[in-house]
Amino acid sequence: MNIPGDFVEEFAEDGAVTLRFSGDLSIAGMNDLPERIRDGVSRIDRLDLHEIGYIDTVGAWLIHRTARETEAEIVGADAEAERLLAAVGGVARPSDVRPDPPNPFARVLNDVGEATTIAITTLVGLVGFFGSVIAAAFSLMLHPGRIRWHAVIQRFDVVGVRALGIVGLMSFLIGLVIAQQGAVQLRQFGAEVFTVNLVGRLTMRELGVLMTAIMVAGRSGSAFAAQLGTMKLTEEIDAMRTIGVSPVEALVLPRVLAAIIMLPLLGFYASVVAIIGGGLLSWVELDIPPATFFSRIREVVPLTDVYVGLVKAPVFGAVIAVTGCYQGMQVEGNAEQVGARTTAAVVQGIFLVIVLDAFFAVFFTWIGWS
Amino acid sequence: MLDDLLEKNNVVVDRSFDGPTISVKGLRNSFGDQVVHENLDLEVKRGEIIGVVGGSGTGKSVLMRSIIGLQKPDEGEVEVFGESLLGRSEGQTIDVRRRWGVLFQGGALFSTLTVAENVMVPIREFYPDMDRDFRREVAKYKVCLSGLPPDAAPKYPSELSGGMRKRAGIARALALDPELLFLDEPTAGLDPIGAAAFDSLTRELQQTLGLTVFLITHDLDTLHAICDRVAVLADKKVIAVGTIQELLALDHPWIQEYFNGPRGRMAAPQPTI
Repeated sequence: MNIPGDFVEEFAEDGAVTLRFSGDLSIAGMNDLPERIRDGVSRIDRLDLHEIGYIDTVGAWLIHRTARETEAEIVGADAEAERLLAAVGGVARPSDVRPDPPNPFARVLNDVGEATTIAITTLVGLVGFFGSVIAAAFSLMLHPGRIRWHAVIQRFDVVGVRALGIVGLMSFLIGLVIAQQGAVQLRQFGAEVFTVNLVGRLTMRELGVLMTAIMVAGRSGSAFAAQLGTMKLTEEIDAMRTIGVSPVEALVLPRVLAAIIMLPLLGFYASVVAIIGGGLLSWVELDIPPATFFSRIREVVPLTDVYVGLVKAPVFGAVIAVTGCYQGMQVEGNAEQVGARTTAAVVQGIFLVIVLDAFFAVFFTWIGWS
Repeated sequence: MLDDLLEKNNVVVDRSFDGPTISVKGLRNSFGDQVVHENLDLEVKRGEIIGVVGGSGTGKSVLMRSIIGLQKPDEGEVEVFGESLLGRSEGQTIDVRRRWGVLFQGGALFSTLTVAENVMVPIREFYPDMDRDFRREVAKYKVCLSGLPPDAAPKYPSELSGGMRKRAGIARALALDPELLFLDEPTAGLDPIGAAAFDSLTRELQQTLGLTVFLITHDLDTLHAICDRVAVLADKKVIAVGTIQELLALDHPWIQEYFNGPRGRMAAPQPTI
């Protein structure tokens, strides 16, 4: 069993103080010895180790440090203690456990500058990357045999087909909520029949595609960034380049193409499911039978609303896929970057989609599709 | 939970046991249908450096993980310092676990902490009562004891080279002044100069601190330079344990090929003529 380390003070006639240690001078037997020596002892001339049991480097360090600070003499150390004292005494002394904190003012300035540079380089990089994707697309158009249909179709499955369940559920609930909230508000004016207009126009024009885009950014934009980022880390992308395969052609284009084609389909599907959700609520809450609901939908939703949704969707798809792939290709160094870049891909993807959506809203009103 | 167990003076370290430091009996490990170990026995004597070798996929790391409790074996017994570890909770084995240190293959340093802070983590977990300033001092000298330059202590792992990261890993493994050190391929990925330096660091620390070292390696130079005994893993068990000379006397094909293959002969110390 271990005996906790301890010491007693012995005063000689000439005033010299000896600390006589006993027990285990080890990390397990240390307890509050360092504090007791630091706070309770004013003068030390000799450290007596005759009676100690086990000693390890922590104990040796305590003795060594105390001896160094008080210029005390160490007596009674056995061979093992001597060896450990020599080992800990022989090392250099590091300054601190943390790097010096920078001046707060300089740090804030530095952070602001860094954030600005990152924002600008990301924007420039994204535009450049988009350009390289378009260039690759044109070169593929000239050589259609090089298109990797297999990869494109596989992405169709991942981006589109497998998203049907979650997008459908989300849209159904959104349709339900819009109809319910709309009915409550419109009832105050006795105008609850306009719930049909609200559900039909809102989902076809805006929410169907927008919510789908957000969902795809979260599902597929992040996946693109993580996949490409991992391939970048494992040097797969470098290997591709060496073999003569263009990573943009082989990896980025199929993903972008799949997103461009799948997002309008998913968005339209989402709008339809949302209308079904709204119709269900109208039937239950407002006693509008489904047949009436759908014939009203056909009357109040102009075809241009469907066009508005369908025109936006491929652009959103392209933005999400390009952002995801761009962030994935920017991964360098370590695995931590994959996580950071994946987050950036989703955040930037959703942000750009919403910004573009605002532009589209203004544009469509301007051309009279309102 | 750990905190409750670690109330002051609750630390029990029994050093009276002088049998084999590690004793593994009848160990069986499997992943799904694939059996990695079957009826594996191994004893590690106190104060030796034992090298564990074996082809890729023979379960060297799995063996280490079974001993330190990261992998739950299907069957068998694992005793460290004479205490059985299987079927006991983390809290019950804490007095054994604080007596060993582990260096993982990639160093496994916490990337958000500096090197010195990495060393402080196990001390804080296992000895929360230790004075904060003293803990910092301990962390700092441990960093230097591992052969790192003094200015490495406040650096983050990402700022270190591969060899320095391994040394930082050793510093953390030594944080609790263990009696037993597990090293998983410590020289993998190091250049020959760095690998040789790491070998001599291992030997030096082993002699100064009186360590028992369980060393997984592929490095024939390491085996020749510092291992007292070598355990060979093949056919799902430890087929032989002994000095390299003793192993060479056996006529197992894998052992012969391993030590007498072109690389094995190169690594062997040349007789002086």
